[in-house]
Amino acid sequence: MDVVELSRFQFASTSIFHFFFVSLTVGLAFLIAVMETIAYVREDRRHVYEKMTNFFGHLFLINFAVGVVTGIVQEFQFGMNWSEYSDFVGNIFGVPLALEVLMAFFLESTFIGLWWFGKDRLKPWMRLGSIWLVAIGTQISAFWIVLANAWMHHPVGYEVVEGQARLTDFGAVVFNYKAWLYFAHVQGSAWVVAAFFVLGISAYHLLRRQDTDVYSASLRIGLVFAAIGTVFSVVSGHTEAQVAREDQPMKFAAMEAQWETSDSPAPWSLVAFIDEEAQENSFNVEIPIVGSVLAYNSFEGRYEGLIPLNEEYQELYGEGDYIPPVAWVYWSFRIMVAIGSLLLATAFLGLFLWWRRKRGLEETRWFLRALVLFIPLPWIANFTGWIVTEMGRQPFMVYGLLTVEEGVSPNTFGEVLAGLVGLWVVYLALIGLDIYLLSVTARAGIHRKPEAQLVAAPAPDYEGVGLQGYERRN
Amino acid sequence: MDLVTLWFWLIALTFTLYFFLEGFDFGVDILRPTLARTEPEERALTGTIGPFWDGNEVWVIAAAGLMFSTFPVWYGAVFSGMYPLFVAILLALLLRGVSFEYRNQVDSERWRAFWDWMSFAGSVVPSFLWGVIMAKLIEGMPVNREGRVQGGLLEMFTPFSLLGGATTLLLFMLHGANFLLLRLHTDTVLYDRARRAALRWGALATVAVVGFVVMGYVTEGLFESFGVLPWFFPVAAFLTLASIWLALSRRRDTLAFTMSGLTILFATVTVFIALFTRGEVLPSTLDPDFGLTLEETASQQYTLVLMTWVGGIFLPLIIGYQIWNYYVFRERVRPDEGSLKHGY
Repeated sequence: MDVVELSRFQFASTSIFHFFFVSLTVGLAFLIAVMETIAYVREDRRHVYEKMTNFFGHLFLINFAVGVVTGIVQEFQFGMNWSEYSDFVGNIFGVPLALEVLMAFFLESTFIGLWWFGKDRLKPWMRLGSIWLVAIGTQISAFWIVLANAWMHHPVGYEVVEGQARLTDFGAVVFNYKAWLYFAHVQGSAWVVAAFFVLGISAYHLLRRQDTDVYSASLRIGLVFAAIGTVFSVVSGHTEAQVAREDQPMKFAAMEAQWETSDSPAPWSLVAFIDEEAQENSFNVEIPIVGSVLAYNSFEGRYEGLIPLNEEYQELYGEGDYIPPVAWVYWSFRIMVAIGSLLLATAFLGLFLWWRRKRGLEETRWFLRALVLFIPLPWIANFTGWIVTEMGRQPFMVYGLLTVEEGVSPNTFGEVLAGLVGLWVVYLALIGLDIYLLSVTARAGIHRKPEAQLVAAPAPDYEGVGLQGYERRN
Repeated sequence: MDLVTLWFWLIALTFTLYFFLEGFDFGVDILRPTLARTEPEERALTGTIGPFWDGNEVWVIAAAGLMFSTFPVWYGAVFSGMYPLFVAILLALLLRGVSFEYRNQVDSERWRAFWDWMSFAGSVVPSFLWGVIMAKLIEGMPVNREGRVQGGLLEMFTPFSLLGGATTLLLFMLHGANFLLLRLHTDTVLYDRARRAALRWGALATVAVVGFVVMGYVTEGLFESFGVLPWFFPVAAFLTLASIWLALSRRRDTLAFTMSGLTILFATVTVFIALFTRGEVLPSTLDPDFGLTLEETASQQYTLVLMTWVGGIFLPLIIGYQIWNYYVFRERVRPDEGSLKHGY
């Protein structure tokens, strides 16, 4: 391990921990906004949807703060650990980051307080507007940070002058096709996380026949989001892989552990034992033709292997080893795809059960049990998905322009290690607490008081009197 | 005024707003253990900053993000050069940020005591370290010929930077106490304690600010480049600070808060004037020629034009809705034995 490896590991841990929390934030904000909208519109069912909004809103807030604070680490660590990178790309990369803060972070952090605390002092339409602004803020935030990330994978609208990438065309950066694909994928995945979170919790209470009016309704909202989210993720993910074959062929070859250029039609590897030292697979179960179908939507077509690509890259970018960690990318890709397919099938099976019989969902108890078990799966898919996309572009930091080794700060090994240990201790504590508190609160349900309540966000009561510590107006 | 200058001052403004806003919510958290004796009092004090602290904290992310986009080289040098300090600030902000939400999730004395400690320490550490960082910006870092910062943890802590840390810490405590005077009901015992805290910590803050200015003058040559007019700022910082005592003794709470806010503004602006008049955003302690200048750390014109449009549209909008947020939650808070409600 050297400073580069440590810094890489730190960046990966921060991003993965951060995304653990924010994927739920981004998706759940939207679901809650929809719940509150229904409560606002449908007077006859208002009491049901208000309870639902408050219950899931409480869970949302437990998770929200951790996403915010880990985001500060994200913002600082470019300068702290990657100052050479910052020098190189700041002209371009800094802009979407600053836009994210100005357009999204302020909006989210201000209106989340107004939404939750303001329940007894804002008009209903203002409360509704506040949660929608939070939901929109989370999407804007996801857009800009993913745009910045996509630029690192596919730099556009720049020229390199005096060792700095200079912005020449901001429009090209905004309309980078890679950015929109990534955004669709991240967006869909966040919806899947939140949808299966709501589904699992609703199923848990339906299995115990508690508050079935509320949880039957939230189960249906969750199902719609799950269906839309999984379709978005699968379609954009499929397109992403095909695009990677063109603009990041090395990543694509690593996803398939394809050492030599494939035949046409290309098979698809199901299971392979990868020997990265010898640059071959000692064992490989392949399904014929499927590789071409996935890569080209066609029954023919070949793709290049890692070894010939490495030679091409050496000619383009100079001496060096341009093969990413193949086994990591290969296996992560497979886990992600397997989970994604399972969740897609689950969502549509749910829709089918709903469509077939009025109480079909509530009565199919094995399906409800499966939903409870599936809560962690979208997170695992996200985690492995980030490994595919980020490890797959190694050794580059900005594809074709800057390697990871060139981007690192001139920090000492000791200070980076000390910081990393500190961050890991805190991250593990926070993720443990987050999961513990979410599960305690989720299981407590609507009528049992959660162990205690949020200081910064007292449990609200629409009809009731004010909040602790505040006076009611008049 | 060219855009490089404009953005330098916009970043100064962002840091000033950050210190002004998060200054008082840090202050409330730092003072809470000494002010609150009972559980409802604890909650009332947290309630004074509950709807605001998160929006306040975003200003530091804005400062970093704007620095990254408009002065990438400066951003990289400062954040990597003072690596251990920023790690400490991040750890503190992580634990303090979640303490708001987590403190009352589990009904246990030890659990609450733990998070109270986190919110206290998590506010003391950044309050102190931001002063250290600001002082080090004036004093300079070991910047080498290539513009890279070399240096260890010990070099961060000089007498001048430690005094800078003490200054921001005490100023934020004073500012927090003054904020409480505006947010607590005047007939509560908490309000009286907050007044006494403001007087006590205000006196110490005055000593620290005077010490910082004098030391800056004597050992750092802080004001040599200032010319006549900029002297106004350190002097004004002192005068506003002194006037707080007067305001407090006459029960002019709004004035007292305004004045502690102005002190923070003048103090921050003084740091940025020191950088600006020397033309160096990060002086080098190794060789005066190695320091990083405004021009060489700035982004290109196109980026700055773009950011000017973006900032011009969004900064006023943000300030607008944040003011509205403060307006919505303007009512004063009192400790309330009120019941914890059951269910939703």
